[in-house]
Amino acid sequence: MDMIAEKFDAIVIGAGMSGNAAAYTMASHGLKVLQFERGEYPGSKNVQGAIMYANMLEKIIPDFRDDAPLERHLVEQRLWVMDDTSHTGMHYRSEDFNEAKPNRYTIIRAQFDKWFSRKVRAAGATVLCETTVTELVRDAKDKVVGVRTDRAGGAIFADVVILAEGVSGLLGTRAGLREMPKPQSVALAVKEMHFLPEDVIEQRFGLKGGEGCVIEAVGTISRGMAGLGFLYTNKESISLGIGCLVSDFAATMQSPYALLDALKDHPSIRPLIAGSEVKEYAAHLIPEGGYKAIPQLFGDGWVVVGDAAQLNNAVHREGSNLAMTSGRIAAEAIVQVKRRNGPMTKQNLVLYKTMLNKSFVVKDLKKYKDMPALLHTNSRNFFTTYPQLMSQAAQNFMRVDGTPKIEKEKATAAAMIKARSRWGLVSDAVRLALAWR
Amino acid sequence: MHIVICIKQVPDSAQIRVHPVTNTIMRQGVPTIINPYDLFALEEALRLRDAYDGEVTVLTMGPPMAEDALRKALGYGADRAVLLTDRYFAGSDTLATSYALSQAIAKVGETFGTPDIVFTGKQTIDGDTAQVGPGIAKRLDLLQLTYVAKIASLDLDQREIKVERRSEGGTQMLKSRLPCLITMLEGTNEIRRGSLVDALCAARSQVLKWSAADAGIDDLTRCGLRGSPTVVKRVFAPATRAEKAAQIDTTEKALRDIADELIAAIFTRQPALEHELAFNGGA
Amino acid sequence: MSTVNRETPRPAAGRAGIKKELPAHFKDYRHVWVFIELERGQVHPVSFELLGEGRKLADKLGVELAGVVIGPPGEATRPAVADAFAYGADLVYIVEAPLLADYRNEPFTKAMTDLVVTHKPEILLLGATTLGRDLAGSVATTLLTGLTADCTELDVDTDGSLAATRPTFGGSLLCTIYTLNYRPQMATVRPRVMPMPQRTDRPAGRVIRHKLSVPEDEIVTKVLGFLPDSQSANANLAYADVVVAGGLGLGSAENLQLVKNLARAIGAEHGCSRPLVQKGWMSADRQIGQTGKTIRPKLYIAAGISGAIQHRVGVEGADLIVAINTDPSAPIFDFAHLGIVTDAIRFLPALTEAFTRRLSPHNRDKLAS
Ligand SMILES: Cc1cc2nc3c(=O)[nH]c(=O)nc-3n(C[C@H](O)[C@H](O)[C@H](O)COP(=O)(O)OP(=O)(O)OC[C@H]3O[C@@H](n4cnc5c(N)ncnc54)[C@H](O)[C@@H]3O)c2cc1C
Ligand SMILES: Cc1cc2nc3c(=O)[nH]c(=O)nc-3n(C[C@H](O)[C@H](O)[C@H](O)COP(=O)(O)OP(=O)(O)OC[C@H]3O[C@@H](n4cnc5c(N)ncnc54)[C@H](O)[C@@H]3O)c2cc1C
Ligand SMILES: Nc1ncnc2c1ncn2[C@@H]1O[C@H](COP(=O)(O)O)[C@@H](O)[C@H]1O
Repeated sequence: MDMIAEKFDAIVIGAGMSGNAAAYTMASHGLKVLQFERGEYPGSKNVQGAIMYANMLEKIIPDFRDDAPLERHLVEQRLWVMDDTSHTGMHYRSEDFNEAKPNRYTIIRAQFDKWFSRKVRAAGATVLCETTVTELVRDAKDKVVGVRTDRAGGAIFADVVILAEGVSGLLGTRAGLREMPKPQSVALAVKEMHFLPEDVIEQRFGLKGGEGCVIEAVGTISRGMAGLGFLYTNKESISLGIGCLVSDFAATMQSPYALLDALKDHPSIRPLIAGSEVKEYAAHLIPEGGYKAIPQLFGDGWVVVGDAAQLNNAVHREGSNLAMTSGRIAAEAIVQVKRRNGPMTKQNLVLYKTMLNKSFVVKDLKKYKDMPALLHTNSRNFFTTYPQLMSQAAQNFMRVDGTPKIEKEKATAAAMIKARSRWGLVSDAVRLALAWR
Repeated sequence: MHIVICIKQVPDSAQIRVHPVTNTIMRQGVPTIINPYDLFALEEALRLRDAYDGEVTVLTMGPPMAEDALRKALGYGADRAVLLTDRYFAGSDTLATSYALSQAIAKVGETFGTPDIVFTGKQTIDGDTAQVGPGIAKRLDLLQLTYVAKIASLDLDQREIKVERRSEGGTQMLKSRLPCLITMLEGTNEIRRGSLVDALCAARSQVLKWSAADAGIDDLTRCGLRGSPTVVKRVFAPATRAEKAAQIDTTEKALRDIADELIAAIFTRQPALEHELAFNGGA
Repeated sequence: MSTVNRETPRPAAGRAGIKKELPAHFKDYRHVWVFIELERGQVHPVSFELLGEGRKLADKLGVELAGVVIGPPGEATRPAVADAFAYGADLVYIVEAPLLADYRNEPFTKAMTDLVVTHKPEILLLGATTLGRDLAGSVATTLLTGLTADCTELDVDTDGSLAATRPTFGGSLLCTIYTLNYRPQMATVRPRVMPMPQRTDRPAGRVIRHKLSVPEDEIVTKVLGFLPDSQSANANLAYADVVVAGGLGLGSAENLQLVKNLARAIGAEHGCSRPLVQKGWMSADRQIGQTGKTIRPKLYIAAGISGAIQHRVGVEGADLIVAINTDPSAPIFDFAHLGIVTDAIRFLPALTEAFTRRLSPHNRDKLAS
């Protein structure tokens, strides 16, 4: 087939959060951008809980609130520790979150990504959906100069290629830019959308007009694996899911579906979704390796952003904001290099890394760098033993049965020590504190 | 040669759910697609274009978001797209739809050359009437070839076309003349994947957006709700059967016994059936 | 019926203002007509089903039921006329011309519209067959009247208008459609959706003959030939008394043999759900459901079929539905009469064997006595 003579300033692979942020930023700075998305439309393949963080999007599209498809703004966060029949935990709810420009929103990625992509197109980028990039094209000096796709018609060229292909990152791996993510640094999350009328959701969670609530939960629900359950309220649906490390699934032979089914059936969750109609079922990977898993981020003619670069904060369940920010920063770096008429070489693109290091993205990831390993190696304690103990303790405390309170406390402490030696408890506490700090 | 193909953007009915309480369609998150039957017509149009050298214009009537469907059609390789969109079209039934579309096709013809063939799909998956195609043909006074399984030959000089048409119990071989309207049968071809160039062109080309006035429609009383002789008076969910299926208990029983039990239950409910099966059946 | 993407359909209230007086020139449109579909000497059974429905409508309205036969002069149309009376028509209109021997849109549309304009029926029903759909659209557009396609229920409202109910959104909802200000009120109905009425030997009624005065050379489209379908019994699926069908739950094309074996053992027709056709495991004419065949057997056995709405609408008319499915919460159990939660791949051979035993000559003798 004939070759396409036309050349672009930048090619973006993927129209998820990071790819859209990058394409939008470059196009609004006047660069000639071509973006590929393998899905039928942007968002069609994307699964996310999902919470969207306003600050990071504001930096890209300040007035996004005017027309972005936002479900609910969050006024309440619940952190639950669950055993098989109970949950304890913390609720935080504040009227302060009902502000003019709320800080966090639930979104439905399929709709949100579509909206974002419209903005990208309006900014002047060319977006090709249903087109999978199959290969990076390199010149004689090994610089990435373009891509090949699964459509007939050969290669297409650009000064720089931005890999924003998400967690599996096949393309980058195949091109030898980075290693395959390791099973212990990737979580598999399964998720369902439960449809319920708007007023039912608001009634069940005590919400009014546009307010939203999030529950995040750990405990025996992950059957001893390092994992997290989550429930997000959307306008007329609830996203419910659970994720655990892929390596744990492999080791324990548990099925994610069974986990999700058990979660749905948990007495603390069941009433919240009762009567709903389940419509979408999806599974997706989340990079969880943290700081230590970040691969090489740039090279001759290429940069990698978002999940593909393992930029994901497993501790705070933030992914999309790191994705958006890394996409924006990469784009800004590229715009700067372009302004000075510099070639898109490794030497020049290091600017992306430098800028990223200064941002919260790398700082946060560095802060929690030991967390993934800790939770992984000690998952039985963190995700089974302690939740059970906490639940026992709470129940002990609540039940009025004539036992003196002081004895109750003693019993709780004894149970803890019995389950995990005193030394083990202390060391877990210290290590958790160190990792979280 | 110039071919016009009418496509419709429809909700993917495989994913539609009815709200259990309010009995309304839950559209949230329901993706829209090009009516699957239209893709067979589109592919046939593209093949003819490739073979006889010409142009394919895709036309749809719908809300502004129907542009997505047109853009997709361009991605398959269509040359031009026209979106007929106007609030006057809201609530059109098949008669009003075929009126608006036929006026637009006439306008397309004036502007870009008279079409030799107009294609439509066999039917839509939401309206599901299979009437819009025949309606357009009648209004434009085109010869009508429905349920076409194959275009056997086409002679542009003689203006002659031969097709195989699906009819009850067999295939009709028909000879007719251009210009004509063809509704294409499903399963007759497979929509192509556009090349990278097609995809690039599709992403960049303009979809022409025509209002009723742009399409040269001056009689608005024939459009939309006003131009529709049919009126939807009531929408409701199908009645659910009160009792669920009576289950044959299978616990700790041999398959053979379960089978016997099922057969007994069948013949208890349909006593005449045993006799019929025994004497007319295959056993 | 709206064909534009709309928001949630609203009940009638939102459109209350639409009802207008029937224009004076339509006031003398009376009687119910049923198009008797005749192709190559055969009357399509859907015409009888329509006569059954038409009879009910005509009785409610206190008007006559007429059959419309269009075909070549001579003997060919005689059986159609006889059938029309046997299934309840009071009179029959025949349009005859040599060029009406094979179905073609142009002359048939002309024949039908001329007849309507001359004799003014208030209701005109056609089968939603390839022929009926081809004709109905042209006739309705020519007459500029409303047409409700693929109805599942026909009734007469208190004010005498036709209330035509049909599925919408792929069968998830039903809607009732009226043609208030235009005549005739046209509707098509798919084969097997309505029950087959009893055939009765009644004296023949009036026959009104018309000639079509269009010469052959004015008709552009010519029929060059006709290739009948191979007798793969597909035509019989819709009218079979017993149908056995398989779905994706059977797992492979090979396992469909189990369905065919059972069908053969009990003299049934076999069919399938749509995904099997899409996978190429069975031919399209075996598909049962909204976009396939509607069936009305006395017994329907569904193996490994989940019972999606599009499948359901095609089988609901069956007298007895038996479902075999491993999933106790499969939707098919919501409308089946008898259910078995078990692996169809293992169960079908056992069922085939058990039927064979039960229907063996030995037992047959017992039955006969
Ligand atoms: C269940 C779940 C819940 C989550 N919840 C949250 C949350 O609440 N808040 C939060 O901030 N983060 C959350 N995350 C993480 C967040 O979804 C990701 O971090 C974010 O989507 C990453 O964006 P991205 O652009 O890097 O990748 P993606 O959004 O995955 O986008 C990659 C895109 O590239 C496309 N693509 C891939 N390969 C190719 C190719 N070869 N050619 C063309 N296109 C290609 C894909 O189709 C996709 O559209 C969650 C993740 C999961 C799985
Ligand atoms: C516009 C449109 C038109 C359509 N028209 C039709 C139509 O005309 N006809 C039609 O059928 N569909 C139609 N469909 C498709 C329909 O929506 C469903 O997808 C389809 O009917 C599902 O087929 P299935 O039940 O065979 O497969 P599935 O839905 O996959 O169900 C398979 C079933 O088999 C069960 N099973 C699995 N293993 C076994 C086993 N070993 N033994 C027993 N049971 C087992 C499973 O529990 C499951 O219930 C249409 C869809 C659309 C969008
Ligand atoms: N709104 C529309 N815009 C363009 N084409 C349409 C529209 N509605 C129906 N059609 C065409 O008419 C065919 C039959 O539609 P229907 O009569 O709704 O089953 C479809 O397959 C389309 O090709």
